[in-house]
Amino acid sequence: METVKINDLACNDLPWKVIYDTKRCTLCGSCVSACSFGAIKPKVERRRKSFSDTETPEPKISFSATPVITQVNILKHFCRGCGVCERVCPNSAIRSERNPDSRFNVVYQATTASGPKRGGRNNLEVQARTLDTLRVGRISQMTDPSLDAERHTFDCLAPLGRVLPAQNLPFTLGPDGKLTKTGQTPPLNWIYPIIIGDMSIGALSWRMWEAVSMAVAYLNEECGLPVRQCSGEGGMPVRLLKSKYLKYVILQIASGHFGWNRIIKAMPHMVEDPAGVLIKIGQGAKPGDGGLLMAAKVASHIQSIRGVPKSDLLSPPNHQGLYSIEESVQKMFLSFNAAFKFRVPVAIKVAASATSVSVFNNLVRDPYNIVGGFFLDGIDGGTGAAHDISLDHTGHPVVSKLRDCYQAACAQGRQGQIPLWAAGGLGKTGNLAADAFKMFCLGANGVFTGKLMLQLAGCLGNEHSRCNACNTGLCPAGITTQEPLLVKRLNPDKVAENIVNYFLGVDKELRKLMAPIGNSSLPVGRSDCLISTDKAVADRLQVQYVC
Amino acid sequence: MCRIGAIKSLNYVHPSTALHLMNSQQKGHDNSGFAMVMQDLGGIFADYKDKPTLSLACTDEGLQITEEILGVLGFRQVFQWAPETNWKPGMDIKKMPNYVFRTFDYPDYCRDMSQRDKEELLTNTRLRIRAALEKDETGFVYSFWPDVITLKEIGDPRDIGTFFGLWEPDESFTARTITAQCRQNTNYAIVRYAAHPFFLQGYVTLTNGENTFYQKNKEFQSTLHPGYLGFESDSQCFLYTMHYMHRRLGWPLQYYKHIITPLPFEEVVKREDKEELLAIRQSLAHLEINGPNTIIGTLPDFTMWVVCDAKKLRPIVVGRTEDTVVFSSEVCGINEILPGRDWESDIYPNEREIVVVDNNLEVQRWKQ
Repeated sequence: METVKINDLACNDLPWKVIYDTKRCTLCGSCVSACSFGAIKPKVERRRKSFSDTETPEPKISFSATPVITQVNILKHFCRGCGVCERVCPNSAIRSERNPDSRFNVVYQATTASGPKRGGRNNLEVQARTLDTLRVGRISQMTDPSLDAERHTFDCLAPLGRVLPAQNLPFTLGPDGKLTKTGQTPPLNWIYPIIIGDMSIGALSWRMWEAVSMAVAYLNEECGLPVRQCSGEGGMPVRLLKSKYLKYVILQIASGHFGWNRIIKAMPHMVEDPAGVLIKIGQGAKPGDGGLLMAAKVASHIQSIRGVPKSDLLSPPNHQGLYSIEESVQKMFLSFNAAFKFRVPVAIKVAASATSVSVFNNLVRDPYNIVGGFFLDGIDGGTGAAHDISLDHTGHPVVSKLRDCYQAACAQGRQGQIPLWAAGGLGKTGNLAADAFKMFCLGANGVFTGKLMLQLAGCLGNEHSRCNACNTGLCPAGITTQEPLLVKRLNPDKVAENIVNYFLGVDKELRKLMAPIGNSSLPVGRSDCLISTDKAVADRLQVQYVC
Repeated sequence: MCRIGAIKSLNYVHPSTALHLMNSQQKGHDNSGFAMVMQDLGGIFADYKDKPTLSLACTDEGLQITEEILGVLGFRQVFQWAPETNWKPGMDIKKMPNYVFRTFDYPDYCRDMSQRDKEELLTNTRLRIRAALEKDETGFVYSFWPDVITLKEIGDPRDIGTFFGLWEPDESFTARTITAQCRQNTNYAIVRYAAHPFFLQGYVTLTNGENTFYQKNKEFQSTLHPGYLGFESDSQCFLYTMHYMHRRLGWPLQYYKHIITPLPFEEVVKREDKEELLAIRQSLAHLEINGPNTIIGTLPDFTMWVVCDAKKLRPIVVGRTEDTVVFSSEVCGINEILPGRDWESDIYPNEREIVVVDNNLEVQRWKQ
């Protein structure tokens, strides 16, 4: 008999249980070899069988050694519930099941003196999303006609770059009655109102990053949609930096400055300007934390691009050397504006926070007019790696904060001067067009999206703690790993195709929302066309409450 | 749908012509009001062109409040005209006790003021009167400006015309520029301020249509100028945008179209002036309009213009003779008052042009 060792780790302490049916299993080994976490293993069980082989019962006992698949009860190899075993099993003999009685959080910390880390997203949100209580409820009919989504022309572009108030435009009125621009204005690009958000080449596998880049190039060159992608913090392959495709990329710099040595060295060889520079101050999924790339993912090409050894790469929570917002505006924004000779818009990304409006006010009032975009990232955003506690317990939803920033701009008559871009869980239910449209109406010029691209690539994770192992380098879908065998599970052509198709769909759906409200350009700030079925939401966002 | 009309003539025109212009289109409007702005005045006001005239409808108390404000500020009345009203039982008109049209001389301290400062004083005075009258709804002040008279009333325009004795033409009450509209606001509450045409510092607009970017226009405009207020109608935004562009920014009329209905990006990038046009679109994105509309307007120098929305969703016709140009929502209005004109030369403005008529009645079509 076994003695009860209550302090040993048992499989029923873990968040997922592997359910296995010996009778259906043919011992093909697919599940074991496919499980990137090593959460299951083959073993031999001693089975006792009583039987009778005579005409009258004469029970006998036989023992046999039966090979089975079993869950591993090692903390490092706990099952993430990704379901890859079930996907590969030809006989439906194995699957994972959420363990409602998991003791994982307690056991993990008691064992390792550290909270669990993971990637993915916030897993605590259980209530209805704010955006889902909103509808486009002001429909054009009779007094003003709806437009034809199929045949009318629509202008679906958003500004990235600092916008001067009209009275400050450097215009000279000529004798011919024409205005001529006779001075410098801040650089500004009109781009598609959805940016593929900042996922670094270290966070993503090279195939995934390549797939996003291919999709972006295709959308621009073949579909006429000027979609931009942001590099994330971690630089870019030098070959791409020197290519014409750089114009589709917004280069990100975060507190670790990873990748910038290569970028700066490539500058003299650049044939195109990048689409923008994004200074990352904070991230919605883990506000107050710097970037984190676990050593397991620092493969040789990452080491090469970033110029680092194979170790955990932690970006500091703050940009070193910046101690105030005024200084950051003067020093950092000016440096980056100057680096690209004031041809490239420089924007900032911050985590949504109770203090976001203060930050925004400071930037919108800056006398240098060099902040070209305010990217606000909410709690429902994703991340490649973070402490579990940051993901679940820090952050601020983006919807009301975006609205606050827009209304702060309106109160000062400065709406539109720093374009507002919002993100954080947009497209979570699969419909990015609806979420984006509602954010436009609340005041966003554009939105950015990251996690959804991973879903399009086949990510198995979800908001209910499934998988979320992006930090481990063991992504079973080959999306957030640098392990060659796993990366090869991902077909970059198919992923690029999925992203392109999705964007084409989004573009159609945006028109399908613009048409009924009679708008041929993006309805930025048109909160009058939104209604809410939730009184509290309606009051907070100042839209019409309906019931 | 609204019906709007405008008359610009080399001769002084009596408002009865405007009533005939609008009455012939009555099946298209709902006969719920009549409003007009007369500029470049003739008749009894011809001698006071450089002095501001107050257009006011009010109660006795409102009149007293107004007189006090003007007296304190030092305005001296030099002329007044009170229309002879003719009320009969059964008339559809929500009349006010007093209709005041008074012309003033500027206060002494204005002697050395620049023209611009005088104009600001007039606007601030009007806004002050408006605020004072708003408290107990004791009156409505429509304009306080040289060479301008504004009349607005709620009711059947035919009865309003009879009430004010406007059906009978005479030489005493005339103007070279008249804009008129025959419908009260239907989208929002019925208040006198919501009736087109709207007036601010010499600028007038009236609209047939709807502005679905009302909210963002309004949010942006309300911080730009103290005179951008009220917003009782979404069409006031068109006036404020014109005023902001032309008076505050000093941009020529042709840029109005680029602000309210910018060219699609794919067309802008092919233009020589794309840098300027993109900068305008960026900086004034919140003044862009959407929705179906035709906007008629006048400038302080009485230049008259008309533009349509970017999809030309509302009608407008421009007809003319040697001495008169008429803008009308429906051609029947022009047929009524310019029966002998060459209708083949009528202009049906398209979605990408501004039609402009100067004081010599030269008609220009500017392509955006």
